Amino acid sequence: MKDPGLVMLRKSPYPYWFLIPGGLVFTVFFLVPSVMAFWFSLTRWTLFDQEFIGLDNYVQFFREPALASGLWHTLVYAVVTSGLKVILGMALAVLLTAPILGRGFMRSVAFFPVLVSTIGVGLTFQVLMHPTEGVINQILGWAGITGPAWLVDPDWALLSVAFVDVWQGVGLATVIYMAGILSIPGEYFEAAKVDGASAWHRFRRITLPLAKPATVSVILLSLIGGLRKFDLIWAMTKGGPGFTSDVMASVIYKQYQAGFYGLSTAGNVVLFLLVILIALPLFWFFNRKDDNQ
Amino acid sequence: MSTRRLSWPLSAVAISLFGVVFLLPFAFILLTAGKTQQESAALEFSWPTRWALVENFVAVVEARDYLLIIAFINSTILTVASVSVVVVLASMAAFVLQRRKSRWTKAVNLVILSGLVLPPAVVPTIWVLQKLGLFKTMPGLILVEIAYAMAFCVLLFQAFIAGIPKEMDEAATIDGAGPLSLFFRVVLPLLRPIIVTVVVVQTVFIWNDFASPLYFLPGDENATVQLTLFNFQGQYTNSYNLLFMDILLITVPPLVMFMIFQRQIVSGMIAGSVKG
Amino acid sequence: MRKLGAALLTGALCLSGCSAGSLGSSDETAAGQTQITFLTNNDPANVKVAEAMIAAFEAKNTGVDVKLDTRPQGSEGDNLVKTRLATADMADVFEYNSGSLLQAIAPQTNLTPVSGEAWVGDLDPVFKQVVTANNEVYGSPWGPAVGGGIFYNKPLYTKLGLQVPKTWADFMSNNAKIKAAGVAPVQQTYSETWTSQVLVLADFHNVAAADPGFAENYTNNKAKYATTPAAQAGFQHLEELHKAGYWNKDFASAKYNDGLAAVAEGKAGHYPMITFGIPALDTAAPGKVNDVGFFALPGTDASKNGVTLWEPSGIYIPKSTEGDKLAAAKKFQAFVASAEGCTAYGSAAPLGGPFVVKSCTLPADVAPAVKDLSAYIDAGQASPALEFLSPIKGPALEQITVEVGSGIRSAGDAAKLYDEDVKKQAQQLGIQGW
Repeated sequence: MKDPGLVMLRKSPYPYWFLIPGGLVFTVFFLVPSVMAFWFSLTRWTLFDQEFIGLDNYVQFFREPALASGLWHTLVYAVVTSGLKVILGMALAVLLTAPILGRGFMRSVAFFPVLVSTIGVGLTFQVLMHPTEGVINQILGWAGITGPAWLVDPDWALLSVAFVDVWQGVGLATVIYMAGILSIPGEYFEAAKVDGASAWHRFRRITLPLAKPATVSVILLSLIGGLRKFDLIWAMTKGGPGFTSDVMASVIYKQYQAGFYGLSTAGNVVLFLLVILIALPLFWFFNRKDDNQ
Repeated sequence: MSTRRLSWPLSAVAISLFGVVFLLPFAFILLTAGKTQQESAALEFSWPTRWALVENFVAVVEARDYLLIIAFINSTILTVASVSVVVVLASMAAFVLQRRKSRWTKAVNLVILSGLVLPPAVVPTIWVLQKLGLFKTMPGLILVEIAYAMAFCVLLFQAFIAGIPKEMDEAATIDGAGPLSLFFRVVLPLLRPIIVTVVVVQTVFIWNDFASPLYFLPGDENATVQLTLFNFQGQYTNSYNLLFMDILLITVPPLVMFMIFQRQIVSGMIAGSVKG
Repeated sequence: MRKLGAALLTGALCLSGCSAGSLGSSDETAAGQTQITFLTNNDPANVKVAEAMIAAFEAKNTGVDVKLDTRPQGSEGDNLVKTRLATADMADVFEYNSGSLLQAIAPQTNLTPVSGEAWVGDLDPVFKQVVTANNEVYGSPWGPAVGGGIFYNKPLYTKLGLQVPKTWADFMSNNAKIKAAGVAPVQQTYSETWTSQVLVLADFHNVAAADPGFAENYTNNKAKYATTPAAQAGFQHLEELHKAGYWNKDFASAKYNDGLAAVAEGKAGHYPMITFGIPALDTAAPGKVNDVGFFALPGTDASKNGVTLWEPSGIYIPKSTEGDKLAAAKKFQAFVASAEGCTAYGSAAPLGGPFVVKSCTLPADVAPAVKDLSAYIDAGQASPALEFLSPIKGPALEQITVEVGSGIRSAGDAAKLYDEDVKKQAQQLGIQGW
């Protein structure tokens, strides 16, 4: 935009009305209900009647016994899952774009867990992670390692679910990375090869920087997903044993299940603020760097 | 890349890794789907003493008066309609949001981020749908799914559009293309790799969503595939064999779709060569 | 589009032999018939019962066509029912919990009172009480009442020469003998957390026997678990059994099905459970139903020992049902509470307890555990569970009992934490005095 005044006079090739159809649907079916829900966080709400109680729900939510540990668990869970998804997603994507046997088949196999319903994943891993009879500990046993009790060990429960989450979700990260890697022009690699760059060097200098938009997408998607996650946790441990794998979203979900609609809405507002607090700086950071390029 | 020679050591590593990590759990699902109810109740990783794959298949398909067939039809309509509309609407919005950087678009982006973070508010959404006369209708549910998918898709498209040089738009505009033909003739074709990604990701989300259909389109005749899982899962009684057979059956269609699309991702690299 | 697709597929499938009227959306109602929708939970066993009930009802009432609709079980289903009531979009007649959970759906505003119907007089008084709000009756019973207590392995009891215990001390000495014989005395299944609450909830008959005013004082914020010894006993039992090492080894990862199988096959001596588990015994351990007996949770006083009862859920009609549909829905509601209704119910599923309709009788071939339960009820040694007497039940109880049973939290501490949980629920419900 060299001369904004002049540009404005001409009809812009990027008309604002492009935003209207999508914006309308988003506003009517998402934003409006969300704003209405915010009101209910200030009420005692049984769905049938409501009573304005000010900030009492927020006070109650912060008194929730499982909240303090839940907050910590949420952060651990989000960082572990998104970190592993970035690393393993990238590794798998590199592997699956390399010239190897049965590539198409393996791409589908890696994506398969994404499609399996959470109930199925939960049940399957409850069996595989069984402390004594589970296949995972049997395999570890052959290697001379005594595996932990996984889901039923208070110290391991949260991490166990996080690992399963990574297993289930890494296929998605891989697909996003594959799209990123495959859109890098092949000549770059050829040229680097001619220059005698090692495979590691090519990865560091070409793949990693040029797949950055993919990395941004994967981080944002999996971090926000991780902070909000509860369905898998619910299917596998219900936040247990006791409260040892409770995260914020599962604490909120329990309030909702108990019929405390105002309280759970207040919890959602708190979670929303937390996620914004974490995601927004990241979002700005990535966007700014994009603009500089 | 396909002209490069196969790397045998890498293949061996990959295949054994995949065998253990991804196929083992899959084997459990398949084995359980092939057991009798009594044997499956133990939930063990073992070979069935008697294979009951066909019986279980028939039982799952026939359950509740062929509910699964109805559910497949409903889920397919829901997924195809929502995904195709959201791709068009989100890419249009993302195009303008990425190209016009103003205070306005920054604010819009913030609001969009909220769509990624906030969980949906069920009861108010029903009120909105009722006001519009769309509650308990398929179009209503489709619109809700589009709204929920919008935020993520817009952000993904924006990240990709950033990589398309602006000079392309300018060249097309000079050639006399209006906004619509610029977008649909020039930009949209370039978006193919990301469209494929968005289609795959959103298909998975919507296909696997059970809460929205449950609340916004209730009734057995409106069941979607995820809701059929409940038919085999009691709080006090379980038919794990049928449950896993159902899981297998409802996972296959999107998997087939993915197998087709993953070739598209590969061919997308040609279109994507303008990137970077 | 969708209807057309469904119709085409119906056509195609009918070639392979399906009956007309299947495939949901193409269900036809004959001329002059009133069609009503019946919503119930989608537990496979329950769906079978509902189908049998509808068939028996339609055979007698040809003018009514009942369409079955299902919802999830548990809290997800509770939320769905509330949502549909709050948005005035309920099925014409539906099945839902009785007791405190019924109060939570505001029966006065949402349901049609049916106090004047003839079948109301035939109800068991305790059941009548749990479907009543503000002196109006709202529901007819869906199935039998069930009892909470302990399943025990009968062959093992015979082999070791044990007697059914009436006090906690007797129970513990039985456990010691069972352990000495190399069998796990008590089965726990914490992979499904709800199973962990039974030792606390089913102890309520003993609480009420020791402190008859507890339910009322508890509702009025006057009695607490932490300060009422009889009420705290349930938590202490959990702690005691865990400390004594009486659980099965895999208690943390075992599932409900494993628990049923273990007690039926004699791998465990006892499994604290509610008798609705009896129908599932047959899949968990085929042919072993007759090896399982049932006794009430032993308390401190043998003379006051008795069983804690869970009342069946109810069949209700929302206020949104009107005119012909209302008349038809009332007919269906009445049929469920009739002797024919009980027969239809029993024909589709093994029963877990006695009916709560006076004109209904149990078939002679019920499981031994059900006979054991009936003996308590016939002798008048039974009280309804606390959740039927008070609207307040803390939602986190199952996590807390898992903690106590796993040795993570002490009984006293657990009772205090549960009191906090209860307080939150009372406040959220807006109950006076909290």
